Amino acid sequence: MKRLLPAAALLAALGAGAGTARAETIVVSNEKDNSLSVIDGATLTVVKTIETGRRPRGIIFSKDMTKVYVCVGDDNRIDVVDLEAGKVVDRLPSGPDPELFDLHPDGKTLYVANEDDNMVSVVDIESKRVTGEILVGVEPEGMGISPDGSVLVNTSETTNMAHFIDTNSKEITANVLVDARPRVARFTPDGKQVWVSSEIGGTVSVIDTASKDIVKKIGFEVPGVRREAIQPVGVQITKDGKRAFVALGPSNRVAEVDPVTYEVKKYHLVGQRVWNVALSPDEKRLYTTNGVSNDVSVIDLERNRVVKSLPVGGAPWGVIVKP
Amino acid sequence: MKALTRARALAGLAGVLLVASFGAGAALAATPAGEAKTIRIGYLAREEPPRIPLTFLEPDIQDEGVQGARLGVADNATTGRFMGQRYELVETVLPRDGDPAEAIRKLAADGVRLVVADLPAEPLLAAASDPAAEKMLIFNARAPDDVLRNESCRANLLHTAPSRRMLADALAQYLVWKRWPEWFLVVGQTPGDKAFADAMERAAKRFGAKIVERRPWTFETGNRRSDTGHTTVQSAIPTATQRVEYDVLVVADEADEFGEYLDHRTWLPRPVAGTQGLVPTIWSRVHEQWGATQLHSRFEKAAGRWMTERDHAAWMAVRSIGEAATRTNATDPDRLIAFIRSGDFGLAAFKGEALTYRPWDGQLRQPILIAGPRMLVSVSPQEGFLHPGSLLDTLGDDRPESRCSLAR
Repeated sequence: MKRLLPAAALLAALGAGAGTARAETIVVSNEKDNSLSVIDGATLTVVKTIETGRRPRGIIFSKDMTKVYVCVGDDNRIDVVDLEAGKVVDRLPSGPDPELFDLHPDGKTLYVANEDDNMVSVVDIESKRVTGEILVGVEPEGMGISPDGSVLVNTSETTNMAHFIDTNSKEITANVLVDARPRVARFTPDGKQVWVSSEIGGTVSVIDTASKDIVKKIGFEVPGVRREAIQPVGVQITKDGKRAFVALGPSNRVAEVDPVTYEVKKYHLVGQRVWNVALSPDEKRLYTTNGVSNDVSVIDLERNRVVKSLPVGGAPWGVIVKP
Repeated sequence: MKALTRARALAGLAGVLLVASFGAGAALAATPAGEAKTIRIGYLAREEPPRIPLTFLEPDIQDEGVQGARLGVADNATTGRFMGQRYELVETVLPRDGDPAEAIRKLAADGVRLVVADLPAEPLLAAASDPAAEKMLIFNARAPDDVLRNESCRANLLHTAPSRRMLADALAQYLVWKRWPEWFLVVGQTPGDKAFADAMERAAKRFGAKIVERRPWTFETGNRRSDTGHTTVQSAIPTATQRVEYDVLVVADEADEFGEYLDHRTWLPRPVAGTQGLVPTIWSRVHEQWGATQLHSRFEKAAGRWMTERDHAAWMAVRSIGEAATRTNATDPDRLIAFIRSGDFGLAAFKGEALTYRPWDGQLRQPILIAGPRMLVSVSPQEGFLHPGSLLDTLGDDRPESRCSLAR
């Protein structure tokens, strides 16, 4: 009986999809195809392709998870996609050239980075109005909101700062200088830190939310890959704060970082030019968008290996997952 | 671009010292030099006869270079708002016979120590070697001459413009990677054309290619508007390019007088590269990687036309100063100059990696785009060309080759 165990385990693993029915849905924005790919988590196949406006990049679920908001930069607006209906059902204003955004935990307000205009637009979803504009640095990009919704962090790619914004007053309260070309700002689940990736600097700055001090700069080194190819972009941290994942762009790697020791524990080889990453709801999988190889890599976080790559549309950019 | 509005002519500003202020408010102009936290950047250019491009698709640009500097100042000023730093661009455009040394003395008297120069080699050296320039840092945002990085190098000169050797090496690496190693050089009449051709010969030796023939271009370059122009060109070019076997025709025509005529008209059906056709360049509208689209949009909004290489080189110079001011939280020129030259400096300029200045000759290391007329073809350095330090040092003069005395 004992000898049979590994085979049984393998069967169980293979059958995980069909048997235990992973119901999760993965949504990917395809920057060059003007579409979203909807992937079924159980079968890991693209089940739907939804047409959007031009140059879709940032994507996020509505609070009730029935809709997806999509920044369509070249159309200067946000498309609202109904996942069930499989089409764009509404539009929101965004300010010019929206790239990335974040949703307030109350589900009512979107904060949008306007890349060409050095500002952040505040969008009220219900009234479909821009209710505020906050002037930030050159080429605003990353947007991260604290778990309690009180603090918004925006990164500006050419100014090289993380701007801390009070969501009540809509005023900047602090500017933290980070390494070159900051991309993504991600709060830790306890809200005590913000992780900011710097694409050209090749680092992730860990900023203490209270003191605004950079408590650690995480560097990366992949044997056989030249330093310039290591360009951190997407960041995800598990709910228990014990595992962090950083997409490293053209090095085609995703790094796993220990958020306690800040030590890099592993580099996963994924598709080409990995932009963004998303955790499954049970945090047993990590999905990556690979902008050059036009696919999504699936990393099994229990077995710590890439289990699948699946082709999506042209230049996949953003990725989000819902149960 | 849909609407190319007519570029603002600088001709009317000839000989006038223009002070333009940007950023943090109208009160800026009243701020005395050296006070507050204002960084003053000089911009020095000289009026030139208009250069009419051979193609009708390209506009005749009168404000090349300065628009890049202005955008750089606007970008710096946006960041400056968060640092308590202001920027001011002191624009000087000399008349055609104006003395660059005198302009430098004027800028020095005005307290300007950081200068972006959009000048050819000769007036640039005249400006940089004036005693008033000794404590300045001048960015060469225009002249590609290799001599400026070698025998004529100067401690007060950095180069954001690429050298001819960098461009030639970048193109050569791509042609060698393509396994098109036999080149037919067609060389125009200007000293610049000959220098570019020499750089291509040097690159051929470096990377294992072969110049199968070097032929001067001697035909009268007609008027682009002549009604029957194509008939003459159609018969002249096959004659001029026959009796040679080669892979690629490499043309050296920096003034854009005949190079555009070559493609599709050569005796043999072969591609054209060099100053026309497939071109090595630091900036092109076809480049959209690494966020370049954002710089294009910003520039086009501000200038009403596409950004050129000279605009880009000027932008990188001004941004180098801004980057130093942000990183050091200082406005004092000495501190900025020291930081720009230090190992800690790195500039993000939409090329996918941080750009730094070579300590041995002051040249900004940068990837070189290999651009077709409508699409980006590649970016050099190419895979397989190795270097113990930075791969970017496979382009242009590496430390051991440098003839700049500052290197030692």
